[in-house]
Amino acid sequence: MTSATLRHAGWILRGNPLTGVAATGVFLLVLIAIFGPWIVPYDPIVSNVSQALMPPSAAHVAGTDQLGRDVFSRLIVAARLDLAIAVSAVGISFAIGAVIGAICGYTGGRLDRGVGRFVDVVMAFPLFVLAMAMVAALGNRVENIIVATAIINLPFYIRFARAEVNVRRNVGWVEAARACGDSHISVILRFLLPNVLPAMAVQISLNLGWAILNAAGLSFIGLGVKPPTPEWGIMVAEGARFISTGKWWLVAFPGLALMLTVLCFNLLGDGVRDILDPRMRT
Amino acid sequence: MAAFGATLVRAGRRFLSSLPALFGVLVFTFLLMRVLPGDPAVFFASGPNSGKEEIEAIRKQMGLDKPVPEQLMFYLYDVGSGNLGRSMMTGQLVTKDLRERLPASLELTLTALLIALVSAVPLGVFAALRQGSLIDHGVRFFCALGVCVPTFVSGLLLIYVFYYLLGLAPDPTGRVDIFASLPPRRTGFLLIDFLLVGDFDGWWAAFRQLILPALSMALFVVAPLARITRASMLVSLGSDFVRTARSVGLPWWKVVVTYALRNAILPVITIAGIVFSTMLGANVLVEKVFSWPGVASYALDALLSSDYAPVQGFVLLMATVFVIVNLLVDILYGIADPRVTIG
Amino acid sequence: MTSSLLELNDLHVTFSTRRGLVEAVRGVTLSLGAGEMLGLVGESGSGKSVTGFAITRLLDAAGRITAGQIRFRGQDITRIAGSDFRHLHGAAMAMIFQNPRGALNPIRAVGDQIADAITAHKRMPRDQARAQALELLRAVQIRDPQKRMAAYPHELSGGMCQRVMIAMAISCNPALLIADEPTTGLDVTTQKVVMDLLTGIAAERGMATILITHDLGLAARYCRRVVVMEQGRLVEEAEPKKLFRAPQHAYTKRLVAASPTATSRITDLVPEEERAREVAIQIVPRSPPAPGTPPLLEVQKLVKRFDQGDAAVADFSMMINAGESVGLVGESGSGKSTTSRIVCRLIDASEGEIAFEGKSIGHIPARDFHRSPFRKDIQIVFQDPTDSLNPRYTAFDCIAHPLLRLAGMRSGDALRQRVEECAQRVGLGIELLTRFPHQLSGGQKARVGIARAIACRPRLLVLDEPTAALDVSVQAVVLQLLDRLRREDDLAFLFVSHDLNVVRMMCDRTIVLQNGLIVEQGESRAMFDNPQTAYTRELVDAVPHIEPELAALANGAPVAPRRG
Repeated sequence: MTSATLRHAGWILRGNPLTGVAATGVFLLVLIAIFGPWIVPYDPIVSNVSQALMPPSAAHVAGTDQLGRDVFSRLIVAARLDLAIAVSAVGISFAIGAVIGAICGYTGGRLDRGVGRFVDVVMAFPLFVLAMAMVAALGNRVENIIVATAIINLPFYIRFARAEVNVRRNVGWVEAARACGDSHISVILRFLLPNVLPAMAVQISLNLGWAILNAAGLSFIGLGVKPPTPEWGIMVAEGARFISTGKWWLVAFPGLALMLTVLCFNLLGDGVRDILDPRMRT
Repeated sequence: MAAFGATLVRAGRRFLSSLPALFGVLVFTFLLMRVLPGDPAVFFASGPNSGKEEIEAIRKQMGLDKPVPEQLMFYLYDVGSGNLGRSMMTGQLVTKDLRERLPASLELTLTALLIALVSAVPLGVFAALRQGSLIDHGVRFFCALGVCVPTFVSGLLLIYVFYYLLGLAPDPTGRVDIFASLPPRRTGFLLIDFLLVGDFDGWWAAFRQLILPALSMALFVVAPLARITRASMLVSLGSDFVRTARSVGLPWWKVVVTYALRNAILPVITIAGIVFSTMLGANVLVEKVFSWPGVASYALDALLSSDYAPVQGFVLLMATVFVIVNLLVDILYGIADPRVTIG
Repeated sequence: MTSSLLELNDLHVTFSTRRGLVEAVRGVTLSLGAGEMLGLVGESGSGKSVTGFAITRLLDAAGRITAGQIRFRGQDITRIAGSDFRHLHGAAMAMIFQNPRGALNPIRAVGDQIADAITAHKRMPRDQARAQALELLRAVQIRDPQKRMAAYPHELSGGMCQRVMIAMAISCNPALLIADEPTTGLDVTTQKVVMDLLTGIAAERGMATILITHDLGLAARYCRRVVVMEQGRLVEEAEPKKLFRAPQHAYTKRLVAASPTATSRITDLVPEEERAREVAIQIVPRSPPAPGTPPLLEVQKLVKRFDQGDAAVADFSMMINAGESVGLVGESGSGKSTTSRIVCRLIDASEGEIAFEGKSIGHIPARDFHRSPFRKDIQIVFQDPTDSLNPRYTAFDCIAHPLLRLAGMRSGDALRQRVEECAQRVGLGIELLTRFPHQLSGGQKARVGIARAIACRPRLLVLDEPTAALDVSVQAVVLQLLDRLRREDDLAFLFVSHDLNVVRMMCDRTIVLQNGLIVEQGESRAMFDNPQTAYTRELVDAVPHIEPELAALANGAPVAPRRG
């Protein structure tokens, strides 16, 4: 099965070059996140005030910030933190949300209604608002950012899984599975969830991009990550002070990093759906 | 006429069903702010250096020595009577602070939403009508990028371009020039208040301050709105009932507007509601970048100086606003789609 | 001699798909005179609908007329630009579609939609248009037309939506009306009413009509001439009587044989020439059951209520003996599907008893039934073969599934042997077992579903409209297969269907349901030849007979003059 999947993946990638580019981008990102600190040209933490606020040049590809640190090196190192926050948050909310949503969509009744109420309440809080409240309550730490992001995403996965399972639960082959001797739980876990996976995979990829943007936004306003830790959002925050005096590189390069990362995840999401859906296989 | 009555009934029913959500919001916030680790009395006391007696007094006043369900009752009573505590920073009642600052945030968000809708819907419609053309590809490219650029980055870059490079925009700090005079406060919306007094110079100045922050917030939501409009329009144009409309020879504009567009707009209404939630959150970012004196920057400053009463008030306010907006969107949708109200 | 209203000359239509260019219509030539009614018959993939869309210039963006000519009223309209075609749309030629509710604007009142069609070609004040719309609603015999003017499509039944579409189509008095499967999805009784209406209006207004359908009986009943298409080509053209008595082309012969009539038997379904290929049936001689043996399945006073309170099924009692085939017929909303699901223990009844070989199975809740030893004795074949196969399972996995769960088999040679055996019995080639559902044809998928159902050697097979989604020629083969399996395995059938001809052929006894209640039951042939209740008589009359004169004479009724 796996060799067929790989062959199919190759066929899809050849047909959709954009997806290939996006996949390469994500792969590079992961590499950078893992190996970043060892390959950077300059130390991302140590200050060197004599070199402060220099525009991009041959020596410093992305310029230096107000403490003389090389922006490019900080960008590379920051990838790890941003990616880690996003992956943990999305991973948690997907795992919990998908299962809860699937059970609700399949069973209906009081459980469904109760969970629906909970979902309504959580969805009433815009992310930043909730994150602020959580940070206020639990303390200004990175872990709480992850928890807040995971909770905010939860309703989304619950609703999505619920809707997808609901549509499929009366479909012929589900009834056939029951007639062939499967229990309800078996049907949910072994049949419905795997069939819902392609659609969810797209959402996960899109979600990862969104989670990175949010993590950056939260650290921009000062929640979670503290200086001198390199993180894309914090870098923009530190550079914001200097934008009115024309030091554009402090904002533009972290912004570019964010944009490219999110773009790759978004484009990849569409490609992933095509690969996992067996209907595309011939 | 019957349809109108049905809409009202439905609106009433939707309102009633959103009450549990509001209640849930209240309880959730309560749990968050008061039951979690940490001493809430210290949080809500009037200063970090307050003496033990004062903290004890606060504790008694807040009923923190009582069992949790009783605390909940007190809390609900407090919120119901408009007592959200006092801010350490401003020294005023939180309710008063919020009321002063809410119009600024609303003006910003609503203007941004208006700009976004006015740009996104026509773009999406044109892209769908000219599928495969340059406009279509351009729109899709723009949408793909638009969701990737964070609001705070675009805001800052806009400042760089329009203030620093081009010198078109005024100093991106606040709603009005420090030296300008404010109009008498009627609605709190500067654009409206200036108009009411007939002060066009003032109006223009306020507008110039508003445009950059509104634009940066709008940019972020134009992309999803244009995308959903385009997708929805494509579905609509390819549907069976549009084919029927063509088969009886309806003129092109009637097919596109009365048949395709009116159906296509339905999902856009729903998405607009969701997008509004994103914007309420993005408020925090934009107000920070442009030093906009709204409720979000108020709460943020309070948070970072460990002043928690404003944060609680802000959270409640935002959630309530969102529930109300959802209700309005629902009602609007019910008006637009008779399948919901009738039958 | 009627002058030709419409002429198609060697028409070719091509679609550009992901896999390259596909030619859907390959050289179709036909002509239609004014006021004439022509039947265009074919199965899926025949290109009949595409032809209709090509004539009215309503093809998908991916479709294109690549060769040939279409002449309307003597004028070549093949290459006219879309915008110029508009004045023909509705005023000269109109079209009605299948799925009538989907073809109407869901958020616009029906009266407004008809008025739109009227004002598209004639300028007039809105009230005048609405008044005319009201008249049109009367002409299509909608009850309560005044009230219906403000109704939305979702408030109307399928039949009413179709009438509204007809009203829209005839609003500007076109000379040509193309009806694309106008009665698919409608109940048999509604089907008759709509078709009678359509032919009546066409005759009244001297409108030429092309009836595109897969139902040969329907075309034969209402059309003066019938044209048969296969794979984009026109294979035969004749008057209905001649087509049925003496079909020329091999495909037509197969189609005629496969269309079940009031008198056909199962063996008639396949034409003479192809019968020799049938495998000899091994019938196990059935010894009569010892007296006192309980029937295979006994259902008593079944009631099913859904949340809203109204009973979907009430006071339903029946008995099936081993090896017997019982039919369950009814229109939509009759409760036949619900009953079949209850019998199969996929859902629970609200009241009533179900006993299998004398032992009660009704008391085991549906969610636990998968564990009961009776699970393998009652299996089900579903209506939509596409829907009923897990898209992520190969054909092999689908058939192996019940063997793994219910027969306790493990992966290995024994399993493989058994699966291949089942595949062979249903006529599915072994090489197809590694394919996924989307790589199989409709008929092949149906066979997989049947193989899966018989894998564990059940005693009772519930068949829920097993051939409704299949082409007629495929249906013929599948029905023969089912009949053979039944006789070989001494299987009992509960055959649920809306198609009376099929039920008459396949079932010893039949039960007629209406609104959840049993209306009549009895020996199939006798009941259909001589229905005792009004409803059953209505159902029987509504079935389009290929030779209405003969059928009418048999019933003693005067023969209605042939229209068209």
